[in-house]
Amino acid sequence: MSARRQRVLEIGLEVLVPVLLLVLWGVWSAGSTTYYYPPLTDILSTFRETWLFDRVGSDAVPSLLRMGAGFAIAAVVAVGLGLGLGLSRRARIAAHPLIEFLRAIPPPALLPFAILVVGVGDGMKIFIIAFVCVWPILLNTIDGVMGVDPTLQDTTRVYGISGGDRALRVMLPAAGPQIFAGLRTAVSLALILMVISEMVASTNGIGYFVLQSQRSFAIPEMWSGIFLLGILGYVLNAGFGVIEKRVLRWHRGARASALG
Amino acid sequence: MLRVEHLAKTYGEGDKAVEAIGDLSFEVREKEFVCIVGPSGCGKTTLLKCMSGLLAPTGGTVQLHERPVDGPPEKMALVFQEYSRSLFPWMTVRQNVAFPLRRRRLGKDAARELVEGALESVGLAGVLDRYPWELSGGMQQRVAIARALAYQPEIMLMDEPFASVDAQTRADLEDLVLEVRRQYGVTVVFVTHDIDESIYLGDRVVVLTPAPTRVQEILDVELPSPRDQIETKELPEFGRLRAHVYRSIKRRQPAADDAAAPHPETVASGESHRS
Repeated sequence: MSARRQRVLEIGLEVLVPVLLLVLWGVWSAGSTTYYYPPLTDILSTFRETWLFDRVGSDAVPSLLRMGAGFAIAAVVAVGLGLGLGLSRRARIAAHPLIEFLRAIPPPALLPFAILVVGVGDGMKIFIIAFVCVWPILLNTIDGVMGVDPTLQDTTRVYGISGGDRALRVMLPAAGPQIFAGLRTAVSLALILMVISEMVASTNGIGYFVLQSQRSFAIPEMWSGIFLLGILGYVLNAGFGVIEKRVLRWHRGARASALG
Repeated sequence: MLRVEHLAKTYGEGDKAVEAIGDLSFEVREKEFVCIVGPSGCGKTTLLKCMSGLLAPTGGTVQLHERPVDGPPEKMALVFQEYSRSLFPWMTVRQNVAFPLRRRRLGKDAARELVEGALESVGLAGVLDRYPWELSGGMQQRVAIARALAYQPEIMLMDEPFASVDAQTRADLEDLVLEVRRQYGVTVVFVTHDIDESIYLGDRVVVLTPAPTRVQEILDVELPSPRDQIETKELPEFGRLRAHVYRSIKRRQPAADDAAAPHPETVASGESHRS
């Protein structure tokens, strides 16, 4: 009972703090005549006009699609490549310098190149997002595969499990917790690169909207876009957490039983 | 059926070389239950890994049916001490037992029968769809044993399988192994550091020396079957064998320094064997 009360209290705290901050901001900015900090109520009503649901189809959806595509491509490529590299020492040695070089390039530096080669369309943005998301997933997958418990590997060998069964049914799930750590990092990166790529060259998207609003001195609109990005990031992370919990249920169970 | 001849294993090279197994020879006969017992750290796990083809020896050979073992043989199963790390935690009990059968292409019904039969014979018919980590340690080790049995091996190697379960569970599992061995007619090589356990279970007991390991002696255990945790252990013969093995191991241990004397000979003979 008291554990439950504690839980209620904690959830209350979690909700209360942001609400309190919003109220404080509202009160502080209520009579604001400063151009750059419009009253919170203005921002919120602009938010409602803009994002519920006027510009969802024209800006939010394209942004999310680019992000989703870039992330998905990166996930498939990086997990596949990571499995291969994790399983083969030689491949790892051969690929090591290239990986270290490519991942050291600050991604925005690739934007001019991407615009030149892929153009200013969705392809460029998806390319940039995928290029950045690949590294944390790839490196975590390699690490995860290399770190699979030796006893588990011996078991696999003793029972003659090899080839695809070994890679996909043993190494991949065993590396799952690490792979998910990489994916989680990649989600945040995807959001960042989506915004950056849309600010550089675009005709729609949330990033484009924020920059365009600022340039046309539509400050409440600008703020509303920033709000939306914050909310998106929050929701994406929370959603990802739910998926992770489901897929890695065995991992938490096994760990809890090993500790208990 | 399984012959170990002048087996030697040295880890590392040069100054850092550690000689785990000096020179080991013994044989396991068809349908036999052989226990290998030795002091802690005497290279028992190394021996088992060499026997199962997981580890290449640096000298000597392991042969199964006159054929050298250079990788895990198809008709051999291995039960590890660390059950929680040898079962696949993302698979249910049923999937764990069925997984090694995939490449046998048995057909659904045949595979299902093997899996359920094996789980039933270890007393786990009721937890087919649970995950291993939802079970107690003893039950997890039963799953590992069921997996080995369903694989239909001719020979089953067990590496201190009951070292991490409590005493009562351990006694139950010992009797279980004797029972399934009878039921499945499988040859068993059982490694343990527990002298009582080795005598209680084995038809023969191979006593090892401390590292670099050699065979101290091989004992025939002539205790009546089926064995019983209380009655068998009350028999004077049980006590005699137990005392004998204890002395045999104890005599050896303080003499570890003196053992350096015959040691070079072993190395020399090992090398001549290799060349």
